[in-house]
Amino acid sequence: MNALCVVSALLLFAAPPGAEAAWTLNLPTGSTAISLAVYDLHMLIFWICVLIGIAVFGVMGWSIYRHRRSKGAIAHEFHENTRLEIAWTVIPLLVLLGMAIPAAGTLVKMYDTDDAALTIRITGYQWKWRYTYLEDDIDFFSNLSTPDEQIQNKAAKTEHYLLEVDRPLVIPAGKKVRFLLTANDVIHSWWVPALAVKKDAIPGYINEAWTLVPEPGLFRGQCAELCGRNHGFMPIVVEVKSDADYRQWVADQGSAKAAEAKAAARAWSKDELMASGEQLYLRNCAACHQANGTGIANVFPALKGSPVIAGSVDQHIDVVLFGRSGSAMQAFADQLSPAELAAVITYERNAWGNTRGDLVLPAQISAAQKKAAGQ
Amino acid sequence: METLAQPDPHADQHGSHHGPAKGFTRWLYTTNHKDIGTMYLLFSLTMFFTGGIMALLIRAELFQPGLQLLQPEFFNQMTTMHGLIMVFGAVMPAFVGLANWMVPMMVGAPDMALPRMNNWSFWILPFAFSMMLSTLFMEGGGPNFGWTFYAPLSTTYAPPSVTYFIFAVHMMGISSIMGAINIIATILNLRAPGMTMMRLPLFVWTWLITAFLLIAVMPVLAGVVTMMLMDIHFGTSFFNAAGGGDPVLFQHIFWFFGHPEVYIMILPAFGIVSEIIPTFSRKRLFGYASMVYATSSIAFLSFIVWAHHMFTVGLPLAGELFFMFSTMLIAVPTGVKVFNWIATMFRGSMTFETPMLFAIAFVVLFTIGGFSGLMLAIAPADFQYHDTYFVVAHFHYVLVPGAIFSIIAATYYWLPKWTGRMYNEAFGKLHFWLSFIGVNLTFFPMHFIGLAGMPRRIPDYALQFADFNMVASIGAFLFGFSQLLLVYNIVQCVRKGSPAPAKPWDGATTLEWTALPSPAPYHSFQQPPQIPTGSSR
Repeated sequence: MNALCVVSALLLFAAPPGAEAAWTLNLPTGSTAISLAVYDLHMLIFWICVLIGIAVFGVMGWSIYRHRRSKGAIAHEFHENTRLEIAWTVIPLLVLLGMAIPAAGTLVKMYDTDDAALTIRITGYQWKWRYTYLEDDIDFFSNLSTPDEQIQNKAAKTEHYLLEVDRPLVIPAGKKVRFLLTANDVIHSWWVPALAVKKDAIPGYINEAWTLVPEPGLFRGQCAELCGRNHGFMPIVVEVKSDADYRQWVADQGSAKAAEAKAAARAWSKDELMASGEQLYLRNCAACHQANGTGIANVFPALKGSPVIAGSVDQHIDVVLFGRSGSAMQAFADQLSPAELAAVITYERNAWGNTRGDLVLPAQISAAQKKAAGQ
Repeated sequence: METLAQPDPHADQHGSHHGPAKGFTRWLYTTNHKDIGTMYLLFSLTMFFTGGIMALLIRAELFQPGLQLLQPEFFNQMTTMHGLIMVFGAVMPAFVGLANWMVPMMVGAPDMALPRMNNWSFWILPFAFSMMLSTLFMEGGGPNFGWTFYAPLSTTYAPPSVTYFIFAVHMMGISSIMGAINIIATILNLRAPGMTMMRLPLFVWTWLITAFLLIAVMPVLAGVVTMMLMDIHFGTSFFNAAGGGDPVLFQHIFWFFGHPEVYIMILPAFGIVSEIIPTFSRKRLFGYASMVYATSSIAFLSFIVWAHHMFTVGLPLAGELFFMFSTMLIAVPTGVKVFNWIATMFRGSMTFETPMLFAIAFVVLFTIGGFSGLMLAIAPADFQYHDTYFVVAHFHYVLVPGAIFSIIAATYYWLPKWTGRMYNEAFGKLHFWLSFIGVNLTFFPMHFIGLAGMPRRIPDYALQFADFNMVASIGAFLFGFSQLLLVYNIVQCVRKGSPAPAKPWDGATTLEWTALPSPAPYHSFQQPPQIPTGSSR
C-alpha cells in the first residue's frame, strides 16, 4: 500500500509535462535564473524525500508482508539498539546540512537587491495593484479584466480566465528590476510563479524584491495573501518587453497623459459620461457596491437611494475622490483621471433609479482636487 | 505497598453506591473522568461533522471554476470557520477527551486530580462554540479572515461579529489551560506506586509534554486576541500601521502560539500510535527512551521555528536563515519517531485490526506530510509554495490522516474498554479503506494544484486548475460520507456489540487492559494497582 503510494508519486513526478497543461504535476521551471535555482532546490529536496521514503516505506512494507502473525511470524524480543539509534539521528542531520548549504546560497542571491536598473513601487489595494515607476513619471492601477458574466457562469470562460488585467505591469527584458512592495489597506502578497517572486505587501512596510527576466514574454500570477472578499480576483500580469519596445512604451505613457488632460478639458455629453461611467463603475466599484448598486447589507453600503447621492454633489465628489477613513472606501483621486471620475460619479447619480438628473464634468473634479491640494 | 495492593472488601459495594446519577444532571454535575471524557469525545464528534459540512461546502464550490453555490464573502466565512472548528472544536477536545478517559487508567489513578475543574473546563466549550457559530447569523456575517486572522483584515476591516469571535477564543483558551493543568497534576501526582516516569505509557508522556505546551502558548493566543480587541474598540494601534503599530507583530505573536499549537495537535497522536503499534505487533515499543527524548526535543524546537510561517513577510536575511535551519532540525526527532515505529513492527507478529490499520496509515501518510513539511522549510522554495494549495495539502496530510486518523484509531482501540462491547470489525475495515482512499484522493492532488500555482483561500480559480480540483472534491465527499460509518459502528457497538473481554487485544500491556475489566467500572483504581516490577516498558 505504502510502496504503491511512493511508486505512483514517482511516476507522476517523473512524467514529462504533457500537452494538456491542466494535469501538470510539478513546479514549472520558470523564466529567470532565480526561478531555475528554486526549481533545482525543489527537485533536490524532493528526491531526498523520495529516497528516504523508499527506505522507510520499504522496510515497513517488508515487515507488514513478512512479519505478520498469519504467516506464523513470532515476535522477536529487541527494543533498543544504541548504535542504530545514533546512526538514524546523525545521518539525517548530515543530509539536512547538505540541503541547507545550497538553500542558503540561493536565499542570499534572492535578497541581493543592489544595482537595479529601475525601481517600481507596487502597492496592494483591495482588490487591485498599483504600479508606480519611480524613475519615470508613470503610475497606474491594474484591475481584473475578466467580465463578471464569466465568473457568474453566464458566459463561456476564456483562456486566461481570472488571470487577465486591464493594464499589465511592463518591464524591460535583461535588466534588473527592483520592486518596493507596500499596501494601502490590508496585507496582500505579490506573486508571479514564473519569476519566483512572492513578497507580502504590508501597510506601513516597504518590502524589497527583484527580478531579471532574460527574454520578453507575458507572465501571470495572483495575490497570495487572503485580503478580503475579492482576494481571488486580483491577478497580476507582467509584460516583459525588449529594451527598445520598453523605451517606446515609456514614451507612449507621456502622450497618454497629454490625451488625458485634453479629455478633461473638452465638453462631455450626458450619454457619453453615462456609457463610460457604467464601464468604469463595473471595474472599480461593483466589487463592493455591486453591479446593481445595492451593496452588501451591513458591509458595503448601497448606492441605490444613498443619502450621500441624495445630498450635495460636492459631498458625493468628496467621498469618491478622497475616500472615507476607517472604512473600506478608498480614495479614487489617484486611481482614475478627472474625466473618468466625472463619468463614474455621473453614472452613480443617474443609474438604478437614482434620478438626480445632473451631470458632473471633469472640470468640477479638477476644481475639487485643486481645492483639496490648496488646503 | 503489599498492603495497599490488597483488594478492599468494600470496594464493590462502595463503587455501586456511587454509580452515575440519573438523567441530565449526571452529565451537568459530573466530576467523573470517564463521563467527562465521553462528553469531550461526543462534543468533538459533533464539531467534526459541523466543520466537515463546511469543508464539503467549500469543496462543492471548488468543484468547477466560476461561482456556483457560495458568494465570496460566505466562502471566506466557511474557510475561516472550518479551520477554527476543526482545530479548536474537533482535534483538541478529542485529545482532551482521550486523556480524560485514559490517563487516570493508564497511570493507576482513581480519577483526574482536579475533578471539579475538569467539569468546568468541559462545560465552557459548548458555550464558546455556540457563541462562535452564532456569528454566522449576525449582521455582516461571521469571521471571514481565515483561521489565522491576520491583522488588519481581522481588526480595521473585520465584520462587527469579530468581537464575539474574540470572546469565544478566550473561553476556549481558558478551557484548554484548565484541561492542561489537570492533566499535568494527574500525571505528576496521582501515579500508582511503582509507576515511575520512565514507565509511563507513551500516550501519557506525550500528553504531559502537550499539556506544558498548552500552558505556555494559550495565554499568548489570549494576549493577541486581546490586543485585537483593544485595537477595534479602545483606540489602540498595536497592529494598525497608520497609528504607529505593526501588522507583522500580529503574525509573530500569532505564530509563537500557532506553531506549538501544531504540535499540540500531533504529539498526543504520536502517543496513541506508540500504544497501538506495539500492541498489534506483539512486541515492545522500540526505543522507548528515545521516543520520550524525541517528543521533548520536538516540543522545545516548536518554540523557535514560528517564523517559517512568515518567510514572505520580508524578514531580514539572518532571520530567514535562522528559521530555515531550526525548522529543518525538527526533521531529526520526527525521523527518530518514525524509525522507532517501523523498528517496532520489524520482526513483530503483526495483525491488522482496524486500530492497527489506522495507525499504519498514520505512519505512512503523516510521513508524507512530514516530507512536504521538509520541502516547505527550504525558504527559497517556500516562496513558491507559501499560501498555495501545496501548503493546504501539507497541513491536511498531517492533520487528517495524521491527527484525525490517530483519534479514530484510538476510538476503535479503546472502544471495547469504554463500552464493554466489541465493534464490528468488518465495518471498521470498510470505514478504514474508504477513509484511506478518500483522504488521498482529496489531498494528494492538492500538491499538484499548489505547485501549478493555485493560491489558497480563493472561491474561484483559473482554468488550468480545474481537473485536479474536481478530483479533490470527489475525494472529499467520499471521505466525508465515509465518516458516517464510524458513527454507525459506534452506535451498533454500544447497542448490541458482543461482550468484550478485559483484554481483547492479546498484545496489550498497559494497565487499563491488564488491571481492569471491560467495561471499566465507573470508579476504577480506588486502590492503587500493583505495578509489575522489572522493565515493564
